[in-house]
Amino acid sequence: MTGAWDVIVIGGGHAGCEAAAAAARFGARTLLLTHKLETIGEMSCNPAIGGLGKGHLVREVDALDGLMGRMADAAGIQFRLLNRSRGPAVRGPRAQIDRRLYRQAIRKALERQCGLTMRAAAIEDLVVDGGRAVGVISRCGEVYRAGAIVLTTGTFLKGVIHCGDERIPAGRAGDEPAIRLADRLYGLGLPMGRLKTGTPPRLDGDSIDWRDLAMQAGDQPPIPFSFLTTAIDRPQIECGVTSTTPETHAIIAARLNESAVYGGKLSGRGPRYCPSIEDKVVRFADRGGHQIFLEPEGLEDTTIYPNGISTSVAPATQNLFLRTIPGLSKVRVVRYGYAIEYDYVDPCGLDLDLQVKRVPGLYLAGQINGTTGYEEAAAQGLIAGLNAAKAVSNEPPAVFGRDEAYIGVMIDDLVTRGVSEPYRMFTSRAEFRLRLRADNADQRLTARGVQLGCVGHSRSTAFAAKQSILEDVRREADELNLSAGEARRRGFQVTADGQRRNLKQLLAHPEIGFADLARVWPQIDAWPIFAREQVEIDAGYLGYIDRQDADVALFRRDESLPLAEDLDFAALGGLSNEAREKLSRIRPRTLGQAARVEGVTPGAISALLAHVRRHQRVG
Amino acid sequence: MSRTIFALATAPGRAAIAVVRISGPAAREAVAALHARLPPPRVAALRTLRTVDGEILDRALVLWFPGPPSYTGEDCAELHLHGGRAVVERVSEALIAAGLELAEPGEFTRRAFENGKLDLDQAEAVADLIDSESAAQARQAIGQLRGLLGDRYRDWRSVLVQALAGLEALVDFPEEDLPADAAPRAARPVAALIAQLDLALADQARGTRVRDGYTIAIVGAPNAGKSSILNGLVGRDAAIVTDIAGTTRDVIEAPVVLGAYRAVLADTAGIRDHVGVVEAEGVRRAQAWAQAADLRLWVVDQSACGGLWRQAASMVRAGDLCVLSKSDLPVGNDAGMARARAEAEGLQTISHSARSGGTDDLRSILSHRVAVDLSGADFPAVTRARHARHLVEARSHLARALADWESPELAAENVRLAARALAKIAGQIGVEDVLDKLFASFCIGK
Repeated sequence: MTGAWDVIVIGGGHAGCEAAAAAARFGARTLLLTHKLETIGEMSCNPAIGGLGKGHLVREVDALDGLMGRMADAAGIQFRLLNRSRGPAVRGPRAQIDRRLYRQAIRKALERQCGLTMRAAAIEDLVVDGGRAVGVISRCGEVYRAGAIVLTTGTFLKGVIHCGDERIPAGRAGDEPAIRLADRLYGLGLPMGRLKTGTPPRLDGDSIDWRDLAMQAGDQPPIPFSFLTTAIDRPQIECGVTSTTPETHAIIAARLNESAVYGGKLSGRGPRYCPSIEDKVVRFADRGGHQIFLEPEGLEDTTIYPNGISTSVAPATQNLFLRTIPGLSKVRVVRYGYAIEYDYVDPCGLDLDLQVKRVPGLYLAGQINGTTGYEEAAAQGLIAGLNAAKAVSNEPPAVFGRDEAYIGVMIDDLVTRGVSEPYRMFTSRAEFRLRLRADNADQRLTARGVQLGCVGHSRSTAFAAKQSILEDVRREADELNLSAGEARRRGFQVTADGQRRNLKQLLAHPEIGFADLARVWPQIDAWPIFAREQVEIDAGYLGYIDRQDADVALFRRDESLPLAEDLDFAALGGLSNEAREKLSRIRPRTLGQAARVEGVTPGAISALLAHVRRHQRVG
Repeated sequence: MSRTIFALATAPGRAAIAVVRISGPAAREAVAALHARLPPPRVAALRTLRTVDGEILDRALVLWFPGPPSYTGEDCAELHLHGGRAVVERVSEALIAAGLELAEPGEFTRRAFENGKLDLDQAEAVADLIDSESAAQARQAIGQLRGLLGDRYRDWRSVLVQALAGLEALVDFPEEDLPADAAPRAARPVAALIAQLDLALADQARGTRVRDGYTIAIVGAPNAGKSSILNGLVGRDAAIVTDIAGTTRDVIEAPVVLGAYRAVLADTAGIRDHVGVVEAEGVRRAQAWAQAADLRLWVVDQSACGGLWRQAASMVRAGDLCVLSKSDLPVGNDAGMARARAEAEGLQTISHSARSGGTDDLRSILSHRVAVDLSGADFPAVTRARHARHLVEARSHLARALADWESPELAAENVRLAARALAKIAGQIGVEDVLDKLFASFCIGK
């Protein structure tokens, strides 16, 4: 026995780092165990963070005082706000990241986190006592005990790399897989499945002919992820843009049988949104070329990540097809692309706090739950770590609703509907998308985070100051108004209906801008930019937000109808067999969640509602 | 938990057979309580039914439908009894004694709906089928039951999924190499869908008329012979017929089957000036009914001379029918004038005598007319007010979406609201449906 901990986190990836940091921020004595301390915070795949939906998650993690936003700001070398020309609800911050700088930043942040200890250890087993997870055992036989365990093993559970004919057991290129741990999870009776994903070859930037390639620069000035970052001062880089050619496609089409997937060597399901170049060639045969972004992996690193050509054909074929791509005729490959398949735990076996239903004390986060992406992993890690710490302190779990956060949407999707491919966040998954914006993540979540005990002092102070300014500005905006006559006299083309319109209602007219209104009310020019932007967004979505608020009220009504934990779905009348089976397995906690279970019809929900009502009358 | 219910499934009264249907967890015990051995599933077997005391109730065919593949999804049984009130009553008493309850109206269908056996559309169609009195009505109900309407709604749904996939691709994958015309391409099917919804809504009147009956108002001066025409078409004395003008002081409605369609005939108070208060109210109602009707029969007493025909002439419209009644009597002055007026208004004119068998001619003219008006080439899309409401709602969201198409997140929000309005009729659209379509349509994968 090696001392007692409140929370032990297994894994030093993005889920593990956030889990450990969140548990420690909450005040839990936390131990992070990982194979190698050097790979803590490693970005195993593309050197970028954020995007649509993903950038929203990063902002939410940041609003809850997590690490990822600040780390990305410290290591970002090209920032872009995606969908800048579209509405604020669908703008997503994204950045190219210097992988080495990111590892350094996160390592330093964890070292400075009070209450957190990191150790290198290969964990091979769990200690389960009376059905509860109470500790872990390393390969050398050391036992670490804790009140709660968070597993964030990524693609390491029975990971197998496929590259052409080769099959190499590995969690990631150059790292051993976790096999005994996976066997233990099977032994505990957890429902498991197999997924796959892929990664492109890495190229030597010095061997690329950049002269004829289009280059893509970032935003100037860069817009940071974190609400705490005031400015990005690191030098910024450009990415190259090239494309596959018909010759590339011909080579791949002729050698499809080498591919792990097309050769039938892989059983797991891969992501539809991140297809291999083989997939693209087969499924979109009419396209003459597929876009490739050449992304530098760091300021001082010549390695290039060619985004868009993940592949598992044999290395010789990779060399061959790469050379048919403009700019890459003399390219040197640093590491070949590969596909990896790995075990995951069906997240329907988890509760909304990410605790395994069958094994209290055991929390899962990240790719082990069937998700993909650094951001999805980080967000789950934060929730799992926080809830593990809260459970040890006998506090109720932190659960966010679909109406509050992308984090809530993701976890609800996972535990209610499971996964059929690696789960990635899209803004289209959020039914209240117009409210869940990247720009207002702090307004939505930081106060909750303070209550939940995962937000530190400096952030809570900064947030309170910002919020008080914003409230003043919003109040002022509500009070400033013009009658229709006054507005028309000032040249605003509003209907002469005798109505008074406040500043937001005026601003909602497409032809009235903030500058026009500043001529009416010069004092609004003094509003800080961030507050003025919020008022403009409120005005832009006027009407839509009210409508979503009404939908949220309906949503909450169903979410507030609890289903008894011991509800016997099998004995319930009026349900189809499919609905009965799914409900019994997933055990939704509320009527609203039950309605989202696959195969549950409106008829089944009326039957369930009738049952709840009868129960309430009896109770 | 659930009660076991039973009900007479055939029309009450004297008939060759009467079918009693039983549904619920104790259906098996109910058959046993009648001292009948349970037949194999879905096979008719002759059984002697007895009371608790062993007294014979009837020799009946018994069928056994174990759930869940039964109509309601529960265990069901059917007893095909000899028709006749006494037998049915005694069997009902025996079932109540066995702990069963008489079903509430529509309860079998409701159970089928709750057990996922029928969707709401189909449940409504069953209700219509049971009520249907005419062949066309039955055809429409059966069409709906088979999911014809559902098929049309599903087509609309796939248009919405397609549009959402296009919009969401623009929103979620701005970095991808999407086709330059992705946005307008996604808008086209939405515009087409709006046009289809407009057509369906215009078609609505026909759908509801087939279900509720085509309405024909009989209008004319007092004592022109309106009630005689009604009685002749209906085949019984629905309206009191006397020689005293103003006998019909209220609107008398009578259902009638004309060809393959159900119609409602209304005999209205005769229209004349200077009447008492009671009759004036009758006239007001007559006018309201006549204005709302699908067709007006303008009845003119061709033997009359007093010019009374003028008083109802203002109510007719082009396409209505002018009936010159009492053609067995000598022709008066009014006939020629009314005929001229009818021609000027674009009305078809026919002569009719209730006494000398003119009713069959009138009936065949009306049947033809109803068939022409109701048998559109398209299947009616909207047969219930509920459907129409959702269609109107969906249409307005789609129009809004097109107006906001430049902001895909707002267009998508509106298309989603439209999808939600239609989902109440024919099923939900989930995120996965949209993502499936999106990844099948666009090469995503930066």
